Amino acid sequence: MTGPERSVIDIENLSLTFETNDGPVHALSDIDLSIGEGDFVSLIGPSGCGKTTLLRVIADLEAPTGGTISVNGMSPEEARLKRAYGYVFQAAALYPWRTIADNIALPLEIMGFAKGEREERIRRNMELVNLSGFERKYPWQLSGGMQQRASIARALSFDPDLLLMDEPFGALDEIVRDHLNEQLLKLWAKTRKTVVFVTHSIPEAVFLSTRIVVLCPRPGRIYDVIESDLPRERTLDIRETPEFLKIAHRVREGLRAGHSYDD
Amino acid sequence: MTIEALTAPPSRSPFAGLMQGTAGPVLVVVAAIIAVWYLAAVMLNAPFQRDMYKRGGIEDAPLAQLVADTLSQDRPVLPAPHQVAVELWDTTANKAVTSKRSLVYHGGITLSSTLLGFVLGTALGIGLAILVVHSRVLDKSLMPWVISSQTIPILAIAPMIIVVLNAIGISGLLPKAMISTYLSFFPVTVGMVKGLRSPEAIQMDLMKTYSASPAQALWKLRLPSAMPYLFASMKVGVAASLVGAIVGELPTGAVAGLGARLLSGSYYGQTVQIWSALIAAAVLAATLVALIGVAERLALKRMGMRR
Repeated sequence: MTGPERSVIDIENLSLTFETNDGPVHALSDIDLSIGEGDFVSLIGPSGCGKTTLLRVIADLEAPTGGTISVNGMSPEEARLKRAYGYVFQAAALYPWRTIADNIALPLEIMGFAKGEREERIRRNMELVNLSGFERKYPWQLSGGMQQRASIARALSFDPDLLLMDEPFGALDEIVRDHLNEQLLKLWAKTRKTVVFVTHSIPEAVFLSTRIVVLCPRPGRIYDVIESDLPRERTLDIRETPEFLKIAHRVREGLRAGHSYDD
Repeated sequence: MTIEALTAPPSRSPFAGLMQGTAGPVLVVVAAIIAVWYLAAVMLNAPFQRDMYKRGGIEDAPLAQLVADTLSQDRPVLPAPHQVAVELWDTTANKAVTSKRSLVYHGGITLSSTLLGFVLGTALGIGLAILVVHSRVLDKSLMPWVISSQTIPILAIAPMIIVVLNAIGISGLLPKAMISTYLSFFPVTVGMVKGLRSPEAIQMDLMKTYSASPAQALWKLRLPSAMPYLFASMKVGVAASLVGAIVGELPTGAVAGLGARLLSGSYYGQTVQIWSALIAAAVLAATLVALIGVAERLALKRMGMRR
């Protein structure tokens, strides 16, 4: 199902089993997925379906127990060592002893950017997420939505081609989330990055994605992959259109079919 | 500075809250301790006083006289607070700082080995904690020794350290400081191991996504996270250092220092001298702990952590 673009992530027959005291847990089973350059792919599913685990495997934060995966044609570990991706966590995870500007500078310091270059990148990325003027503030002085925007700026600061986002807006209220979704789309259009986005919100997934991957639990596996025929440029109004509702319906059907309600 | 501080009504005196809050209870506790102390002094010194009356042929001394006499003995079992206060004043304000009879002189001697031992102990504690956090092998092999080192009574090991170091030609400040180091490295090690492991999993994951080196993770994440733990354990460590310095002075032949004052006081039954040395040590320890508290507030404020 790859488009005409070069594929960035290739996953074949991937599985991951956690050994626990209560026996093995099949977090991921038989995953086949290919993500092309410039795609915005959402992984959606109920809790326990392995969507976050799949993202962590791509990021080399978990090691798969079977199958193959390549990121930019390399193993995930090589890709991580080459700083191929920016990762946005569920929580902003800003360091409380650093100002917002210093938090965004963190990866730049680690990767050895010169001071002038750092300042230029901080300025550019804070502007990108509409946080200009908050450079000297500490994280606790910002709202949750602003903190998460700062963490996106931090992930973008070293300009990775791939952005991995793990329910970045899950803890925010719906109005803030809508607003950030719109900003994220603009940002994606501007930067042309490949995005893998984990969510459990159907409207969010349909609104943002070029492709939606529906996962289901026990064992975590892909149930459906939906190509979106919505135009790349979208506003929030698109959520009222029949095309949008049709895709949302198919996602919901997939989630319902894949989910066992007996527990 | 927080916004609340700026918007607080300016009319209210800062002392008003203090009196309602903590100052009142603190004074009550101090008064209660002094009252109990006086009562204990009378009760503990009374048998000797009655003995004196009996030998002097004084029958039926009135209670008021008995109380007054028990509080003004030369070598009481328990000196009264005012006797200790007079002795403290006499040996600090009324003596030259260089005099062998000055508590300031003796306190200074003890303070110098306390501080040297504390600095060495803190450095050793931080170093050990960094090793332990980064190596499972060291965690398993080093930590049991760190813990068992503290099960040995310091009174037993202090003379041996002094004697052994003297035998290899090290004398003076360092052997005493080593005992302070021995006592103060432990709380710092334990506190810093906890502190260096305090970053959340997601903060460590973040470092991994940047493929940061262990040294970078240490400087940029682990050490800043450990700061509150460091100061808490340094407060325990500095008090332990002072105890170590005093204990270290006991087997050195009572030359100088608060420990020497304690020892010579006990040789000659000078209980007032012993108690004033004890109070001086307590004041010194409280001052050192308070200074670390100030350093902590300054450091955490500079790091932008809300207090």
